[in-house]
Amino acid sequence: MTNTWQDIKNANVVLVMGGNAAEAHPCGFKWVIEAKIHNGAKLIVVDPRFTRTASVADFYAPIRPGTDIAFLSGVIRYLLEKDQVQHEYVRAYTNASLIVKEGFSFKDGLFSGYNAETHSYDKTDWQYELDEQGFAKIDDTWENPRCVINLMRQHVDRYTPEMVSRICGTPIDKYLTICNLIAGTSLPDKAMTSLFALGWTQHSVGSQNIRTMAMVQLLLGNIGVSGGGMNALRGHSNIQGLTDVGLLSNQIPGYLTLPKDQEQTFDDYMKTRQFKPLRPNQMSYWQNYRKFFVSFQKTMFGDAATAENNWAYDLLPKLNVPMYDIIKAFEMMVHGEINGYICQGFNPLQAFPEKNKIRRGLSKLKYLVVMDPLDTETSRFWENVGPLNPSDPAKIETEVFQLPTTCFAEEDGTLVNSARWLQWHWKAAEPPAKAKSDIWIMAGIFHRMRELYRKEGGAFPDPILKLTWNYTDPVEPSADELAKEMNGRARADLKDASGAIAVKAGQQLDSFAQLRDDGTTESGCWIFTGSYTEKGNMMARRDTHDPRDQGITPDWAWSWPANRRILYNRASADVAGNPWNPAKPIIQWDGSRWVGIDVPDYGPTIKPSDGVGPFIMNAEGTGRFFALDQMVDGPFPEHYEPMESPVENLLHPKVQNNPAARVFADDRADFGTPEQFPYVGTTYRLTEHFHFWTKHALINAILQPQEFIEIGEVLANEKGIANNGWVRVSSKRGHMICKAYVTKRIKPMTVAGKPTHVIGVPLHWGFTGLAKKGYGANILTPSVGDANTQTPEFKAFLVNIEPSNGPEGEV
Amino acid sequence: MTNYQSQNFIRISATTMTPPATRNHEAEMAKLIDVTRCIGCKACQAACMEWNNLRSTVGTFNGTLENPADLDPHTWTLMRFTEHENDKGDLEWLIRKDGCMHCEDPGCLKACPAPGAIVQYENGIVDFVSENCIGCGFCVKGCPFNIPRISQVDHKSYKCTLCSDRVAVNLEPACVKACPTGAILFGSKQNMTDWAGERVEDLKSRGFANAGLYDPPGVGGTHVMYVLHHADTPSIYSDLPENPKISATVEFWKGLIKPVALASFAAAVVTGFMHWVIAGPNEVQPEDEEAADRIIEGKNAPKSSPELPT
Amino acid sequence: MTRPLGTLIRNDTATRINHWITALCFVLLVISGLSMFHPVLYWLSAFFGSGQWARQSHPWIGVVLLLSYSGLIIQFWRDNLWNMDDVRWMMAIRRVLANDEEGVPEVARFNAGQKFVFWSMAVLVPVLFITGLIIWEYYFGTWTSIPTQRAALLIHSLCAIAAILVWIVHVYAAIWVRGSMRAMTQGYVTPGWAWRHHRKWFRSLVATGSSGPRPNDVRREAGE
Repeated sequence: MTNTWQDIKNANVVLVMGGNAAEAHPCGFKWVIEAKIHNGAKLIVVDPRFTRTASVADFYAPIRPGTDIAFLSGVIRYLLEKDQVQHEYVRAYTNASLIVKEGFSFKDGLFSGYNAETHSYDKTDWQYELDEQGFAKIDDTWENPRCVINLMRQHVDRYTPEMVSRICGTPIDKYLTICNLIAGTSLPDKAMTSLFALGWTQHSVGSQNIRTMAMVQLLLGNIGVSGGGMNALRGHSNIQGLTDVGLLSNQIPGYLTLPKDQEQTFDDYMKTRQFKPLRPNQMSYWQNYRKFFVSFQKTMFGDAATAENNWAYDLLPKLNVPMYDIIKAFEMMVHGEINGYICQGFNPLQAFPEKNKIRRGLSKLKYLVVMDPLDTETSRFWENVGPLNPSDPAKIETEVFQLPTTCFAEEDGTLVNSARWLQWHWKAAEPPAKAKSDIWIMAGIFHRMRELYRKEGGAFPDPILKLTWNYTDPVEPSADELAKEMNGRARADLKDASGAIAVKAGQQLDSFAQLRDDGTTESGCWIFTGSYTEKGNMMARRDTHDPRDQGITPDWAWSWPANRRILYNRASADVAGNPWNPAKPIIQWDGSRWVGIDVPDYGPTIKPSDGVGPFIMNAEGTGRFFALDQMVDGPFPEHYEPMESPVENLLHPKVQNNPAARVFADDRADFGTPEQFPYVGTTYRLTEHFHFWTKHALINAILQPQEFIEIGEVLANEKGIANNGWVRVSSKRGHMICKAYVTKRIKPMTVAGKPTHVIGVPLHWGFTGLAKKGYGANILTPSVGDANTQTPEFKAFLVNIEPSNGPEGEV
Repeated sequence: MTNYQSQNFIRISATTMTPPATRNHEAEMAKLIDVTRCIGCKACQAACMEWNNLRSTVGTFNGTLENPADLDPHTWTLMRFTEHENDKGDLEWLIRKDGCMHCEDPGCLKACPAPGAIVQYENGIVDFVSENCIGCGFCVKGCPFNIPRISQVDHKSYKCTLCSDRVAVNLEPACVKACPTGAILFGSKQNMTDWAGERVEDLKSRGFANAGLYDPPGVGGTHVMYVLHHADTPSIYSDLPENPKISATVEFWKGLIKPVALASFAAAVVTGFMHWVIAGPNEVQPEDEEAADRIIEGKNAPKSSPELPT
Repeated sequence: MTRPLGTLIRNDTATRINHWITALCFVLLVISGLSMFHPVLYWLSAFFGSGQWARQSHPWIGVVLLLSYSGLIIQFWRDNLWNMDDVRWMMAIRRVLANDEEGVPEVARFNAGQKFVFWSMAVLVPVLFITGLIIWEYYFGTWTSIPTQRAALLIHSLCAIAAILVWIVHVYAAIWVRGSMRAMTQGYVTPGWAWRHHRKWFRSLVATGSSGPRPNDVRREAGE
């Protein structure tokens, strides 16, 4: 989230699209209700199904799964056509005026630089025209046709209301009503918040879904302001923390990236990461990358990281592919390229696409270690549970180690919520039986491995042998100690500009501004610096004081970065430093410095007249309509059909799907066609459950006991499916037999002139736990991810459905 | 469930005695369920199960999102879902938290034959005192909202207590505490009614011309009230009664009949006694025996015996 | 049972057992039923141990009563058929009540008052049984709608009140008409009792040489 949960109450319009906040985030949804009741906000819901969120919406419109880019590109077109944009904001705070390099073009669904063999782009031309000093050229009059705003206008021109309706299945009148409601927030003192979740990320165009909305928000001047923002509602209490500390195969903590194969030297590595300013006077904060990286290396390797050895750069692994995501990992498992798997707090047999493929992969392993508080399906993948899990244990040689772990309430620690708050929590109960903390288990594995490396050597023992492990209790380092390490400390006395000692050696750091690239500081995760200082554990603070009752509580827990609650908050004020919305200011210029209720996302004393842009992480200091080379599938978002789609791409039939998506050959062979599988499937959560966990809890199992799918009345009648009757839902990859919920909440949509039916597949069931046994939605879903992040396409795929005699019919 | 506030009763089932308290100082309390801001998350159901330590059985999918399928002795509150298409053809998903309404004039209490099994506190809460319950099910017949359920295990009647145990120590009911959207509020009936008025204004401004408060006068008002978008047609919310009142049948059965029956029994006995006093017993007289003997002898005499005189 | 020589059998052993089972059931039903009917009578449930026991026993006793009373119906229905004697007897009810039975039209085994009791119960018992089933929460609580159950409760109560009134008449009559009690306890009456109260019945016994409770089948006797 750019903003906070509480800040949602300041919105004038709440758009829930690509998510189902009431259902999946019922607690946070209180702020939407607050906005409605106390701020007169209008709630708009755009979703294939009439959801629980829609039940309290002021306006609902249906949309075919996987067509959000078309819908939102249409909104951009509408805003530009009606000229309902926040002009001053767009001119000053976005890259609308910058001029794009001549070589960049878009034609018939492809951007310039496409390589059909590698399914990837050469992104050289996805850049600005630069002047002699290396700054981007600009035309404030917007007359130059190569201005970003003009290229964008041209790009979205195809998304007429008629075209949007034909692609998305949204009736034109409903679509235009929504455009009109959204456009109302282009006024400087009006704001719309965008609440989204996996409904946008779980697509082969997931990242671009979100980008399109971000562009809408930039046009409306809704980024950085109170009640605005792009608010990703994270699907897990600590999934924000997972990305923050870099638990992805291509990252290291704090959104630093792992080196690639080609970057054999530290200099190579730094070349593409120290972003030089693209406009005069800009902060381009990533210029400090080296300080963050060196401090990270000092945490990892301590004295073994020196200036001479380039801060132990060589001890880091180098990626030979863009990433080893889970889809890739299971592809490798199936081909015997991965044969051991430590599965920590993860249940891929239920949670990842193509259940049958996951089981095939696990069956080929030599060993599988499952660390989980629950008896997961993954740990029992070998068990023959009939059609629900048709394994043959006699043919599986995988040795499975099930290590029961503690759950969050049984340990101290912190979780990072959607609003980037690190909230400390305290152990509330003893773990049951022999459950051990993940830290204890990982430390044990580390010590044994280090011992083996010490004794036996091996190809490259250094990264393990040189890893620092200076914890008071090396067997089970305390959460406090680990948190302090994340925050970072001075390794030598740090002096300020005047030469006085600012931080003594060994002291905790207060801010990432104190980090140095000379090895005198260390920090495990630079964005967390400030969370555990000499003053104590800032994450454990519990002061609800809210100075303006605007949902900003600076002394409650701690928010990264720098305890900042609303990102880009410089953009809440106009160029002169006065709030766009005087009723809800965040920060403003008082003549000498930036003051307000939040930590400025800006230099605190930078004068408005200095012309420093509010988006300080970007090299040009502005928000980007044109994303340069940051996305693998284009600087502008484009509508591509899901990998399995019932219709051809109306905009460019020859480029049906995301051309930059990575699809493995055997996965592509498992895609179905609309002739065999004519209906659109989409998966989702129900409010009564959390993923595959809560079916182990009796109350949740009582509240939602059994697997079912949702189907509209029209299709049910057509197929002779009765409410509460049994159905067989199948995709090219597998099938499930479950109950049908025939509902008025799913209606056929007219797409490209044809009726299109959506079948909803809730995902919570499996073969362990207290609820009735079920298949799980991933028996149906295709193994393909977002081109940028590889988040699986769970939200749009093809299925067929027919009445069934129930599980007895299964042999 | 329990008998915490025995000095605060204003009504007690099956008693002819005057209850100890009259409502003279404690505010009437009420739970306000704002259906228009409820998202049907069932947190209230879970909280109710946890606080009251209730666990129904893991059921089956039954063609709706309602689980368990109905109120039961372990399910004192239940989200009911209705897919309603309005006049404009737009879908509305009406989600109502069902449970005891805590009527000011409780039909269950009126019907209950067990002294003290159902009581009403002066704050308005209608509570079942299990140790006094005899499991007859009359409360089920008395209730205009079809709420109480009889346990097949201990044969006692159960329903929402409005967390009388929590309220007695100044805590809000568990469902109120758990509700994430503030759709369930608890306070004095006056405050709840006032707040409902504000909500109704807001709803009217959003196009719900018939928005209103459900506080049915037929049962003297309730201590659980609903804010409805369509207060003119409560029945679209999973058969919420349009104009609930204690059934005339029940009123008659628990009203006039009782004294009339006792009086008639007494009258019958007294009449008999008076008859005894006046007429005395009807005893067989010696003449009767003689007459009988004559007949018997006549029968045993020769066949020509004449007919006996009458 | 010893029966003094020359007395007549008014009720044979099976009938008496049947009657007293019915009577016991009825009394228990009245006690348990009234305990659930009016608060001032709730104390009656103490006879069963508790309200729960009273509530639980009541329907089962009702089932026994129905079976038991069915036995009485089978045994008595023919002798309770209404005829013109009953009308004449009813016309003379004042003399009956005044214990002045001379001149009251002769009746057979049962008089109109007894027949009234019999038929009242023959109607009320099945109605009580059926409405009782409807409101038998444990087994049939979900079989019918709540409005039906409410109606059943009301009918059950009204019928029970009627039955109790009839029962009071019945009991008083047994006390009032001396010899009746013995007729149902020991089973016999004196010829004088029969002569006084059921002269036609008495004559029919004498005529067929029967000692009761029913006249012998004359034709069969003749055939022997």
